[in-house]
Amino acid sequence: MRVELREITKRFGSFTANDSISLTVEPGQIHCLLGENGAGKSTLMNVVFGLLHPDHGEILLDGEPVRFANSGEAVRRGIGMVHQHFMLVPVFSVAENVVLGFEPTKSLNRLDHDKARREIRELSERYGLDVDPDAVVETLPVGIQQRVEILKALSHDARLLILDEPTAVLTPQEIDALMGIMRSLAAAGTSILFITHKLKEVRAVADVITVIRQGRVIDSVSPETSEPDLAALMVGRSVSLTVAKDAVEVGGSSLELRDVVVRDDRGLVAVDHVSLSVREGEIVALAGVQGNGQTELAEAIAGMRHVESGQIVLGGRDITNRSPREILDEGLGHVPEDRHRDGLVLSMSISDNLVLNTPRRAPFARRGTRQLSAVADNARDLVQRFDIRTTGIDASASSLSGGNQQKVIVARELSRPLVAFMASQPTRGLDVGSIEYVHRQIVAERNAGRGVLIISSELDEVLALGDRIAVMYAGRITGVVDSSTSREDIGLLMAGAGREH
Amino acid sequence: MSTESITTAPRASWWRRLYTQSPTLLAGLAIALGIVVGAFVIIFTSPVVLRSWRHIFSSGGAILSALKITVDNVGAAYRAMFTGSVISPTLLWHSLTTGHGWTTTLTPLSETLTYATPLLIASIGVGIAFQTGIFNIGANGQAQMGGIGGAAVGSMIHVPMVIHLPLTLLAGILGGVLVGLVPGLLKAYTGAHEVIVTLMFNYVVAAFLIFSVLSTALQQPGQSNDISRTIDASAQLPPLFGVASGLRVSYGIFVAAAVIVFAWWFLERSSLGFEFRVTGQNPQAARASGISPRFIIIAVFCVSGGLAGLAGTVQMQSTTHYIDGGFLIGNAGIGFTAITVALLGRNKPVGIMWGALLFAALGVGGRAMQAATGIPLDLATIIQSFVVLLVATPVMITEIFRLRNVETQRIQLATQGWGS
Repeated sequence: MRVELREITKRFGSFTANDSISLTVEPGQIHCLLGENGAGKSTLMNVVFGLLHPDHGEILLDGEPVRFANSGEAVRRGIGMVHQHFMLVPVFSVAENVVLGFEPTKSLNRLDHDKARREIRELSERYGLDVDPDAVVETLPVGIQQRVEILKALSHDARLLILDEPTAVLTPQEIDALMGIMRSLAAAGTSILFITHKLKEVRAVADVITVIRQGRVIDSVSPETSEPDLAALMVGRSVSLTVAKDAVEVGGSSLELRDVVVRDDRGLVAVDHVSLSVREGEIVALAGVQGNGQTELAEAIAGMRHVESGQIVLGGRDITNRSPREILDEGLGHVPEDRHRDGLVLSMSISDNLVLNTPRRAPFARRGTRQLSAVADNARDLVQRFDIRTTGIDASASSLSGGNQQKVIVARELSRPLVAFMASQPTRGLDVGSIEYVHRQIVAERNAGRGVLIISSELDEVLALGDRIAVMYAGRITGVVDSSTSREDIGLLMAGAGREH
Repeated sequence: MSTESITTAPRASWWRRLYTQSPTLLAGLAIALGIVVGAFVIIFTSPVVLRSWRHIFSSGGAILSALKITVDNVGAAYRAMFTGSVISPTLLWHSLTTGHGWTTTLTPLSETLTYATPLLIASIGVGIAFQTGIFNIGANGQAQMGGIGGAAVGSMIHVPMVIHLPLTLLAGILGGVLVGLVPGLLKAYTGAHEVIVTLMFNYVVAAFLIFSVLSTALQQPGQSNDISRTIDASAQLPPLFGVASGLRVSYGIFVAAAVIVFAWWFLERSSLGFEFRVTGQNPQAARASGISPRFIIIAVFCVSGGLAGLAGTVQMQSTTHYIDGGFLIGNAGIGFTAITVALLGRNKPVGIMWGALLFAALGVGGRAMQAATGIPLDLATIIQSFVVLLVATPVMITEIFRLRNVETQRIQLATQGWGS
């Protein structure tokens, strides 16, 4: 299907999310929409999918202007969308999920399970999706769940498939498989709109790349364009994608894990005898697909989860099963994985959030009374030093963009005297400009002689930051390698192919 | 990425903006609506008014006369409510011109303040707990225990007023802390739900109240009724204008004023109050920031229970000077009203002050209205409930005024997967 967008404009109040955007997707083309968070990509896709109505402009499908009242009409006209967060019923089977809302029936409205199963098997084979129609969705890995979403779109005869940040949750191998599927779909004539902010993927799979910045189309370029050039188009200035790291003399042990065992909320062993040492002046990056025990490990180090056995040592002092307060006071800086849940109080001001874990410390309090002028001075200083873009220090944390929220947490943690610094998914959901900034701060902390532990499921980040890379799979460290190791080898370790340790 | 449309798309309805930006105006509108609803209740429950409407087709002037009867009845009810709780303009004029009758003129205001004082203190206690995300439903039992503590110290110890009065107030606070601490410890160490435990403790304390006023230690000598000894004059909160004035309003209002100042300082300026608020807004982040949930839970129950206890003893020290088996039972249960007052005042000390004054005025005025017009006191309760309902549920208001933005609602639904 040939899809043409003509001067699409969408405003929210005084904010223009899409400013007369025009682009054309040819039949069988993989068209990449590249842009930072907040550039207007998702808004544009919601317009195409009928979830939002454009203020101006029109959409043409095979030359015919259309106006969708809702997404159901878009689906009927052959548009399918796979959202970043899957919309599947976890306890239903693949077949049930795919037919949901359009169930084939036999006489007397009985569900026709066989027909559904047959259709899915057929589609799955045609495009090499390899999905079992009878599997229950919640038992499937994320990569397969995503294929179920794609199947769902295809079962409605989608001739334009919109993929919204589809790779955020996948391992490198799963990403490769997804790209294979995208290519075979395109070869069969399906048009694909692929939304992402990851440069490598764009170059690997796209036929055409349209770069969007601040709601406008900046340029349409070919996939041969180099990564730095793409990043510059996306951000509006040249950015360095690699972090400059000088050699630093590595000192003694900063943070050490000895045979640590931690259980998850269900009581299952999530961290299985993990030993790892982070030395002063060194960044250790802990790689691994989400859900392999990294979250539990980070919580245990921060004192928020019980350590069943083993020992955690911070700067020579045992912090195993001490309270979060004591561990903070011992000098652990911690950027939590979920910044909205653990890192910030969104309804409170930026200045309050900047002293969230030091409200009783001088000069922020004296004899139980908060010293608001000291709190404000601290906020003004950190907002300036860490380049937090805000309307003022009294603005609520919820008014900030994701990148600036993360800067608030990083600023708070790095402004305390630290022994070691731990950051979980430090750049998740951040734009390229903010990622560059946060990475520089992390490296600066290492250069200042602190031990740094980075926990990340982004392989690019792990490779860019880590002096050593530890890979975690199923609660164990499957390997500790140095930063020159190839992506493929690390990818294999992430999939559990490493030697027993 | 798909959250982008959620954060920018919803255009806040004017009511929701009002709710977040101008709670005072919102409360004013809610009160106005409550009064309108009350007017309809009067109309539909007053036999005189209903009878007048039954005959509107019989003669030409009947509609006008029915309208007049309606307006007269509703007007009389609200006039009685106002003059009974605030001030009567005619009496005020009379006092100003003749210089006499001040007691009668000021009695309504004095009564409203007398009722508002303990209610205000208890509501601030509940409000502080709410701000921390703790639902202290046990304020009534804590207040009763405060009354018991105050009555015991006030009647059994005989020392000069400078020591006796503060000691009695302190005994009330301790009584409240004691009762609050049990659910606090249970929640902190066993995870027991505070709503269940505090609610049940109201019954425990109510039973203990009967036991204590029948005990030889506290019971009025020579009595077999459930009534306590009267506290010494040195433990009483004396009337502001002297016993001779006939006005009940007491020095208790200074205790209430001190509580407002304390609560403001505590929530806005103290480190512990900051930790309370952080815990209330985001318990996960509080824990990650090194704030011990256990400590906060116990501290909240001490502060909240202590204030409820203070409310109970202030009530006893400024009005009856003794307690009986019906102390803060039923309609007098300020600990329960405090929950709604805290809601109405959005848990802020000054907001709660206005809420307590309004509720006290509606209660006092309601009784005056009942005496003057025969309309039951329950009308005041209806207005109170309606006002709280409106303030507590801005969403319902948005529905009533059809302010829901259909488009944004659908987007929110569409962009939320089960992963988020």
